[in-house]
Amino acid sequence: MGNAQGIGAAVKRKEDRRFLVGRGQYTDDVTLPNQSYAVFVRSPYGHAKVNGVEAKAALAAPGVLAVLTGADVAADGLGGIPCGWLVKSKDGSPMVEPPHPALAQGKVRHVGDPVAMVIASTKAAAKAAAALVEVDYEPLPAVGLLANAIAPGAPQVWDEAPGNVCFDWHIGDPATTDAAFAKAAHVVELDLVNNRVAPNPMEPRAANGNFDGANDQYTLYTTSQNPHLTRLLLAAFTLKVPEHKLRVIAPDVGGGFGSKIFHYAEELLVLWASRRVGRPVKWTSDRMEAFLTDAHGRDHISNAKLALDANGKFLGLRVHTYAAMGAYLSTFAPAVPTYLYATLLSGPYDFPAIYAEVKAIFTNTVAVDAYRGAGRPEATYLLERLVEKAARQLGMDRVELRRKNLIRADQFPYQTQVALQYDIGDYQATLDLALEQADYAGYAARAAASKAKGKLRGFGMSTYIEACGIAPSALVGALGARAGLYEAANVRIHPTGSVTVFTGTHSHGQGHETTFAQLIADRLGVSTDQVEVVHGDTDRIPFGMGTYGSRSASVGGSAIVKALDKIVDKGKKIAAHLLEASVADIEFKDGQYRVVGTDRVKAFGEVAFAAYVPHNYPIETVEPGLEESAFYDPKNFTFPGGTHLVEVEIDPDTGVVEVASVTIADDVGVIINPMIVDGQAHGGLAQGIGQALLEEAVYDAEGQLTNGTYMGYCMPRAADLPNFKVGNHVTACTHNPLGIKGVGEVGAIGVPPAVINAVLDALAPLGVTDISMPATPEKVWRAIQAARAGKGA
Amino acid sequence: MKDFEFHRPASIKHAVALVAGTAGAKYLAGGQSLLPVMKLDLAEPTALVSLARLPGLADIRVDGGTVAIGALCTHDQVARSADVAKAIPALAELASHIGDAQVRNRGTLGGSVAHADPAADYPAAVLGLGATIVTDRGRHPADTYFKGLFETSLADGELVTAVHFPVPKRAAYAKFAHRASKYAVVGVFVAETAAGVRVAITGAGATVFRSAAMEAALTTSMTPGALDGITVPTDDLNADAEASAEYRAHLCVVMAKRAVAALR
Amino acid sequence: MPKLTLSVNGQPRTIDCANATLLVEAIREHLGLTGTHVGCDSSQCGACTVHVDGRSVKSCTMLAVEAEGAAITTIEGLATGNDLHPMQAAFKEHHGLQCGFCTPGMVMSACDLAARNPAPSEGEVRHWLEGNLCRCTGYHNIVKAVRAGAGDMNGGK
Ligand SMILES: Cc1cc2nc3c(=O)[nH]c(=O)nc-3n(C[C@H](O)[C@H](O)[C@H](O)COP(=O)(O)OP(=O)(O)OC[C@H]3O[C@@H](n4cnc5c(N)ncnc54)[C@H](O)[C@@H]3O)c2cc1C
Ligand code: FES
Ligand code: FES
Repeated sequence: MGNAQGIGAAVKRKEDRRFLVGRGQYTDDVTLPNQSYAVFVRSPYGHAKVNGVEAKAALAAPGVLAVLTGADVAADGLGGIPCGWLVKSKDGSPMVEPPHPALAQGKVRHVGDPVAMVIASTKAAAKAAAALVEVDYEPLPAVGLLANAIAPGAPQVWDEAPGNVCFDWHIGDPATTDAAFAKAAHVVELDLVNNRVAPNPMEPRAANGNFDGANDQYTLYTTSQNPHLTRLLLAAFTLKVPEHKLRVIAPDVGGGFGSKIFHYAEELLVLWASRRVGRPVKWTSDRMEAFLTDAHGRDHISNAKLALDANGKFLGLRVHTYAAMGAYLSTFAPAVPTYLYATLLSGPYDFPAIYAEVKAIFTNTVAVDAYRGAGRPEATYLLERLVEKAARQLGMDRVELRRKNLIRADQFPYQTQVALQYDIGDYQATLDLALEQADYAGYAARAAASKAKGKLRGFGMSTYIEACGIAPSALVGALGARAGLYEAANVRIHPTGSVTVFTGTHSHGQGHETTFAQLIADRLGVSTDQVEVVHGDTDRIPFGMGTYGSRSASVGGSAIVKALDKIVDKGKKIAAHLLEASVADIEFKDGQYRVVGTDRVKAFGEVAFAAYVPHNYPIETVEPGLEESAFYDPKNFTFPGGTHLVEVEIDPDTGVVEVASVTIADDVGVIINPMIVDGQAHGGLAQGIGQALLEEAVYDAEGQLTNGTYMGYCMPRAADLPNFKVGNHVTACTHNPLGIKGVGEVGAIGVPPAVINAVLDALAPLGVTDISMPATPEKVWRAIQAARAGKGA
Repeated sequence: MKDFEFHRPASIKHAVALVAGTAGAKYLAGGQSLLPVMKLDLAEPTALVSLARLPGLADIRVDGGTVAIGALCTHDQVARSADVAKAIPALAELASHIGDAQVRNRGTLGGSVAHADPAADYPAAVLGLGATIVTDRGRHPADTYFKGLFETSLADGELVTAVHFPVPKRAAYAKFAHRASKYAVVGVFVAETAAGVRVAITGAGATVFRSAAMEAALTTSMTPGALDGITVPTDDLNADAEASAEYRAHLCVVMAKRAVAALR
Repeated sequence: MPKLTLSVNGQPRTIDCANATLLVEAIREHLGLTGTHVGCDSSQCGACTVHVDGRSVKSCTMLAVEAEGAAITTIEGLATGNDLHPMQAAFKEHHGLQCGFCTPGMVMSACDLAARNPAPSEGEVRHWLEGNLCRCTGYHNIVKAVRAGAGDMNGGK
């Protein structure tokens, strides 16, 4: 029976073996016959005019095949890198959508902006020659920081975007929100910054393009979370070659966290260059290049106000946010601080009124786009810092204040004031579970023990919600998406009953080869060993939108289920024929077709065999073969949520914050594989704790990234983190066939405010009331010093 | 990385002659400082003279009051040496917190001492214990060895062969590591030696230095509390994104107190 | 170009490479063993970790010529036939990997620890892994896997 390996079983991962023996195949591992290598010459300036590019010396260097520049890109008519989401300003005008040529034309607008591409027969030769390319830059005033870009008189990133404003957007009802604040007993206000972070998948981006002149066929190997989307953008906008002449393969991908969703210039350029030099062209980012060119995440400056009545019931929320876009609009950039951020501002709370304004701002930096959580961490951080401050300001218990305002289980479906309708949840239940697992009752004793050691202990929490499985297509289309957000699947049953599943989602660590095999095992009663899951190749998979936004299981899994339903139904007709019964009398269970109420059965494998060897077969009404495709367009977002609890211990002498414990209780919907689900939560937590305590991509005013290596940018290490306690309370999503909500991002969304709230809780006795992320030792130490000085004065 | 000549001499004499005879040549020990800068094209030696095959440079000898450690001893070797742990536990402890496991498996004492990185750990022990740097041509007392940023009293081409650490009565090292790089933001080595109390601070300035004020206070009373009220002047301290000069000055005192509390 | 002889996963190998070739380049590009990865350019991430004469080293921070005559073990050399090495098996058992990119380096590093310390504590494992970055797992399951793998390597299995 399938159940031992079916939904809910902690099946060990099928894909692990190849990774463990060193046989994973990542993009840089692919070396094609006659391979050549590309290295980019990139702007060292945040903003500059490019008066000329002198490539003579580079061209003459040994092994060099070509040096290509913006002029060549223009001459060959390559399209600019497009933005996939149109956001309109309050006044209905479209966002400012500046051109984004693949190689700079006339100006560079951030450090790392590519100016020339050097192709040589070895990587070393390309690198050496790149150093010989002379670019005549004329530096222009640059603005590297969001805070500076919004100041009057700031340097202009784009002439067509006065004040550097890309769009000025809003959501919610200003009038009801004004009214709510007018009658409020308390108003709590907070200014905060959501720090810019670099995604840093451990595998740097890479692209290997090959043009086969004999067949007029392009093949791209690339580090992508969504090869079909990349193919679509290449075909329609940048390379302008029809899909059937273009194959995009994303083989094993070493993590993405959002940064490998987007269509990057290098993907286009290696294909184009391959055609020009007549050899495959490979580019592999080094880490410093990755810091400068992978889209970053977050980077918000916000002001938030919360209105409460005398009893602590939330009346209204008003938010004003500036969100950095970087110099160019990356694929989904405009959607992140709008439809993935402001729509989440109700959190898990019952808010009668919300109004949010978001101004998207250009800066002379690399683009900002979706990074694990994308918008939802920013919303959660703002809300949970604000709620915590309210509890302190009103002298209310932090748990009780939240409890009072959480949407009750009987209020679902719940319509928020910011467009979303939550289908289901039980926020009290996850809160209770988390508190119990964290032994909240024992906190006072732990705090006393810390104190005895000379340490300050703090407790922090966040109750959060997120929206995943972003959809339906019609809705996102109305909101400005230039793509659909459905998913596709093809299920092929082989004559002997083994199964190949082709999914449009893409696994870069999520374990789809296992979880999707479990789905099949569950439905068809075969073993997971009988199932092969194929993803990441546009020539093998019908179509797909890829993996991000925690969508793979809820949307991709649903597409597979739809295809499976078709398979099972077709099998019923075949079984009915074989069993000489009517279709209505056939049931399918545990891998067997049975004439209801009898012991007359046909195993699934027998039916599959009959479909391919149709000797005794209802050939008049049923086609041979057993293979079905399905597209699934979700009816709504899914809404995972939960409670994250953090305890920290602070060394008051050094300001070092140690994360003493992390306990979370999430509702991610139905769980296919608890081992994998827990692992996803762990990874998200590490990134969330990283953002809260360690990580920040720091640009200076001129647009230089000051810490773009692992010597400066602090990645979470094993010793920076504790073990995690992860619990789940399941309410099944109501609108997809599996009841799945999604887990990929929960950790990164829920935990940052819990960490900072814990830090502030620890420091509260000293009089510290605010601290920004990342709460570095020096920052914490300074906050302590300032508070002490303030008290002394 | 630019290409270079590569030599693997079998004698100290030959190694020294090779470096002396080749403009732009450098010794290569564990490569854990040299290769990272070469990879970034920040150093472009014309020739590398590998020390790996030189005999007799990877021994640890405890001899009466001295622990003599060969220049090619890796950090891991020192960290795991029972002899070092017995004679100067603080030194083994220090070595066990240099970089990470892989770095400790390659990086050497001689390389660290010759390189004199302002954020390196060993210099704190060398100066804190008043060690002697032994070379192919002479001996350098610690007190005059560290001259400045990546600068020592070694002559061009002079090869470090060993470091002789006098065994102290008690010593301890307290390190505040850079969160990203793991080098010392501040590291304080405190030793009670036959010649008196020595306090050496690494990471904080252009090179490791002694704190006379702390030494005086600890000579009076070897207790953490004796350091209360001592302030380290910020004028010559490093300042970077990880720690301002003011914060470093503060950490110097905090780490010194921790070292005192951990003396053994 | 200089010729270089070394033993790789028990096989004698000879390669021609420039002096400036890093060991990781020799392994990936000259020997075609792509299980060893490159994740940074500042010697921090440990994705490139291999064993040289039994010790874990960052192959991006060692010259290939320095490995002349040495015994190199890469991730491809751990399993025996179809049987995973106990550390590999422990990573699978405890879900110590997600995208798999850091995994070869993690496993090689963990084996070095286990060879020295048959029963490392959680804290010892976390300290030992200072030189190995993972962006996917949050380390929780890696730590579990390393402790279990160390036990299995040292007679637990
Ligand atoms: C990721 C990482 C983290 C690190 N963290 C730390 C840390 O926390 N603390 C710390 O102290 N260090 C740290 N280091 C540096 C490490 O300790 C180095 O090993 C050490 O500084 C240099 O030793 P080496 O043998 O590697 O020297 P090499 O890199 O081979 O040489 C360094 C320099 O010294 C010269 N040299 C080498 N040996 C001799 C000799 N015997 N005589 C004369 N000149 C010689 C070389 O020509 C070269 O100029 C780290 C390194 C890395 C890669
Ligand atoms: S590649 Fe990152 S340490 Fe070697
Ligand atoms: S498993 Fe992806 S980096 Fe570790």
